[in-house]
Amino acid sequence: MAITIEIPTAFRRFTEGSPKVDSGATTVAEALNDLTAKFPALSRHVRDEQGQIRQFLNVYLNEEDIRFLNGESSPLKDGDRVLLVPSIAGG
Amino acid sequence: MKEIYFLRCRECGKKYPNQPQSYCEECFAPLEVSYDYEALRQTTSREAVSRRAFNMWRYSEFLPLPQGFTPSQPIGGTPLVKSRNLGSRLGVKNLYFKNDAVCFPSLSFKDRVVATALAAARRFGFETIGCSSTGNLANAVAAQGAQQGFDTCVFIPADLEPAKILNTAVYGARIVRINGNYDHVNRLCTQIADKFRWGLVNVNLRPYYAEGSKTHGYEIAEQLGWELPDNVVVPMAGGSLIGKIAKAFAELAHLGWVEPKQVKFFGAQATGCSPIADAVKRELPRFTPQKPNTIARSLAIGNPADGPFAVRLIRESGGWAEDISDPEIIDSIKLLAETEGIFAETAGGVTAGVAAKLIQQGRIGADETTVVCITGNGLKTTDAIAADFPLTEVIEPKLDAFEALLQEQLKDTVNADAR
Repeated sequence: MAITIEIPTAFRRFTEGSPKVDSGATTVAEALNDLTAKFPALSRHVRDEQGQIRQFLNVYLNEEDIRFLNGESSPLKDGDRVLLVPSIAGG
Repeated sequence: MKEIYFLRCRECGKKYPNQPQSYCEECFAPLEVSYDYEALRQTTSREAVSRRAFNMWRYSEFLPLPQGFTPSQPIGGTPLVKSRNLGSRLGVKNLYFKNDAVCFPSLSFKDRVVATALAAARRFGFETIGCSSTGNLANAVAAQGAQQGFDTCVFIPADLEPAKILNTAVYGARIVRINGNYDHVNRLCTQIADKFRWGLVNVNLRPYYAEGSKTHGYEIAEQLGWELPDNVVVPMAGGSLIGKIAKAFAELAHLGWVEPKQVKFFGAQATGCSPIADAVKRELPRFTPQKPNTIARSLAIGNPADGPFAVRLIRESGGWAEDISDPEIIDSIKLLAETEGIFAETAGGVTAGVAAKLIQQGRIGADETTVVCITGNGLKTTDAIAADFPLTEVIEPKLDAFEALLQEQLKDTVNADAR
């Protein structure tokens, strides 16, 4: 089982420039934990002091915002893409 | 002369030099333009502003414009109309409509934000500009992009109102229609801005873009005789405008141009897309994103970028947020047109309808000064109300035919009265 975490440019200084990180995670939470375990400097940018995903960081599973799914407990299947998008702008 | 503005994170306060970037690299919160207000105080005065032509550029010192910037057209400077009929019908004395339905050149308040965004686009050397849009913004980007010679490419949800697509296409802009709602379009644009060197006005140029909205607020204060209103009712999509009107008022008060006042900010949304109003009404710590389903397409943003700030502002100002249904939106468009002669788009129906609801709820008082912000023109969303206005009977060009018609209509009126 393999999923891909896609890294926005703003995060790549913490991922040694890598735009994608592979993971064997089975939920979104595991994927995020896997990512921050690999790159500990990312931790405080992903989660706030209460351990919640930062309010202005949007996490998508394939095309869907995880808040429309089961949040961090959304299950992952082989080939899924977890997408991190900083501060959606627009409007 | 040194530039008196810079970027700052709205959450953690980290400062950044001027650059095309919309979010903080530490906490991902939006960046906003901040100013050295002491320097600003030295460069301008109320009297100097008052002598200039009445358009948004009279407030140039308050905007993040590059040095030597020369405006290419008069944008903003829209009427503040005192209610003659609707206010008394609702039982309030001092009701005003700030009417950006007649904003030049593309008939919505988005002309203001695009004006400051394109000044920044030029400064940062972008040749291609664009945006993610629910319609009005695309119209404004296409119009000003054409005039200023930019290569323009806009991204819209595929099922946007035909009039809004036409009002973009006519300027020669490239239009990319996306199979999805605005939030999908927006996410794609965030990725495009990350990869291409394009100036997307509401993505990587967003801090500069959003500042243009302040001119809507400055004009309100000036048109009230350099006074702040008690209440402002503002439509909310991404949640930016309401905050920028507050910022404009705060700046004027800080510089001593108006008496400081606790203005109550009221937010208006359509029930079919009301993440911000929902958070205010249910006192949620964070808003919950929604899948939009409303005729008020220009407000159909389910994941509003400035939602958290709008919620906070509304709470701290002592205001409130409300939402109305699609049939209520249509009724409100008609009511505003019939009572005040203002034809607003669906978002204007939302704002007028929510204002009426807030008055009925007693949240807006009878003796208070209230400004209702109308941000777009009804000619852009005629399909929303077309079914309510079937074509009338055709008569021959003869006087007796007209008199017969009058008789017929009189009979209908009498019958209606009798019922």
